Amino acid sequence: MAVLKVKFTKTKRCKLAQILWILNWISVITGIILFSLGLFLKVEIRKKNEIMYNREIHSVPNMLIAVGVIACGINFLGGKICYDCSDSNKFHRWKLIMLPYIICTFFFTFCVLVGALMCYTMKNELEESLYLGLKEALKFYKDTDIPGRCFLKKTIDLLQMEFRCCGNNGFRDWFEIQWVSMRYLDVSNKEVQDRLKSNVDGKYLMDSVPFSCCNIYSPRPCIQHQLTNNSAHYSYEFQTEELNVWMTGCRQALLEYYMQIMQSIGFTVLIIWLFELSVLTGVRYLQTALENVLLQGDPDSESEGWLLENGFVETARTNFNIIKNLGKSNQINAVSGNEDPNLNVTPSSHGATRTHIPTVS
Amino acid sequence: MVLLKVKFPFQRRVKVAQGLWLFSWLATVSGALIFTLGIFLKSELRKRSEVMDNTEIHAVPNTLIIVGLASVVINFFAGRICQDSLDVARFPRWRGFIVPYFAGAALFALLMLVAVIMSYAMKGNLEESLKIGLKNGIRFYKDTDTPGRCFQKQTIDLLQIEFQCCGNTNFKDWFEVQWISNRYLDYSCKEVKDRIKSNVDGRYLVDGVPFSCCNPSSPRPCIQHQMTNNSAHYNYDYTTEELNVFRRGCREALVSYYMGLMNTIGVLVLLFFLIQMGVLVSLRYLQTAMDGVVGQENTECETEGYILEKGVKETIKLTIQKIAKIFQPNQVQNEQAESAPGTAG
Repeated sequence: MAVLKVKFTKTKRCKLAQILWILNWISVITGIILFSLGLFLKVEIRKKNEIMYNREIHSVPNMLIAVGVIACGINFLGGKICYDCSDSNKFHRWKLIMLPYIICTFFFTFCVLVGALMCYTMKNELEESLYLGLKEALKFYKDTDIPGRCFLKKTIDLLQMEFRCCGNNGFRDWFEIQWVSMRYLDVSNKEVQDRLKSNVDGKYLMDSVPFSCCNIYSPRPCIQHQLTNNSAHYSYEFQTEELNVWMTGCRQALLEYYMQIMQSIGFTVLIIWLFELSVLTGVRYLQTALENVLLQGDPDSESEGWLLENGFVETARTNFNIIKNLGKSNQINAVSGNEDPNLNVTPSSHGATRTHIPTVS
Repeated sequence: MVLLKVKFPFQRRVKVAQGLWLFSWLATVSGALIFTLGIFLKSELRKRSEVMDNTEIHAVPNTLIIVGLASVVINFFAGRICQDSLDVARFPRWRGFIVPYFAGAALFALLMLVAVIMSYAMKGNLEESLKIGLKNGIRFYKDTDTPGRCFQKQTIDLLQIEFQCCGNTNFKDWFEVQWISNRYLDYSCKEVKDRIKSNVDGRYLVDGVPFSCCNPSSPRPCIQHQMTNNSAHYNYDYTTEELNVFRRGCREALVSYYMGLMNTIGVLVLLFFLIQMGVLVSLRYLQTAMDGVVGQENTECETEGYILEKGVKETIKLTIQKIAKIFQPNQVQNEQAESAPGTAG
């Protein structure tokens, strides 16, 4: 029993072919959209590659780019096929290609779905990369005279101002590293020497943050230095002060930003996937309807279209057997004897037995 | 004597009509573009309206918006007229419409030129407006608790960060203003009392700037406070230090930004003006050529097209006479009344 059988008159078939032609061209456009979404994501990740540890988080955008390009190709071919299908004479050209085309497209839509799901699962990899990348970048903030790292100060400052964040997890990350270069420290000063001696590594640590951490919405001029010392500033309490510096960590801010982009991209890709699936269903109906018309012989007659000729289970079993038998093609030749019909013929006179020879067509 | 006469055989008329139809659609699109450019400029000026003292500069985008809309309408009608010009039966219905149409179209084309000239001429106006607006913004920077001014700090900070500028003319403007609110000053501290006494108005003046003046490209952590005191910072020379804070004043930054925007828009508007004039001139030739065809039996005959039927001076004289007649209807009627009894009697 066929799955989801639908009757098709000749006009219905023509209309279906025309509609599918238009839908295939729309799918080419959605393929271009997929490609540009992948490109956009790749560019956005590249822009911040200085603060990412693993610079190869490009699996998702690469997948989207590849899928977009293949979608354009497949739907272009589909458009040509459907255009020719509105005329039953031209269908002969595509008869043999259509079934493999449908199978390929089915696996391809599966890839689109995988691409959409990957967008939602990239979060952990990204978080890890940002955490390690920011940690390294904060360490090298002061090294504006070392080639290769001299732009990190500017990058971090602009990042903190643009994303309204401070430090890796929070502003206290700045208390644990030396972010003032030795070139600007007067080592002969007693206070500086005390600070350098106060920790094992000989780093100049202070409870201050760079200016880029300052919150523009604070009603008060920014307090950058001696943040934990309440008595150093008038009418200031460190524990309750929330508007002075940005309270979010940059890792969280960047993660939210990227997840927002990826969620909208993932949603768009899911919608495109549904659209592709519906186009594929239409093409399958068209293919089965046209094949049945050819079997019936009369091009103007009514025919039936279906998704699968037999039920799911039977089709799966048949395909499984085909695949099994592909592997066993050599064995059939070896196991002869009882199954070989020609051996049942007894070698008597030709005239009498001719009618009894079973014809193997 | 006719101005700029051109002969129009039938084929040439058809070609001009078809080419003009396409050209008028191009001109419609360019009119829509002028409209969007006007809206864009207005929104950009609006974004920074808090640091501008007056809105006189808005005359430029307003003119562009009006001209853009008018251009779309003018070119739409140009397309319809030239579509009808290929059909002799339908062309005469435009007869009464043509002269006011050309007058209006020429007026709006002139307005386009006026908009371009204004965008260059209003630079001084913009600069004055920004000077006063920024001065007030810097004065009210500390008043984050006064309703109506509480957003000035935010506005100025965002402005300085985005345009990479500091102060009105330069960063020294911050030295002349108290930008730290009294709520955060400890009056019992001797240093604070000294500073307040050190000037006539009793203001707390410092040689420091807000954090938004800091330059991220500086290799050194930002020096915001005690900027003129070389000994307060290690290895620091105030007179030669250039990368610490932004050197440019915000007024200069904003003026150059807006003038750049208006110059680009001005060049585009000039281009669209040329397109518009091309459409109008071609339409005039087509219309006069078709006027010669109407009423003739052979619609494929050759006619002449021109810009003005008589010379420029004569046309102006005639137009003035016509306008005078419209404004003096009583005199004409009185003359007729006088002459009527004369003839009767």
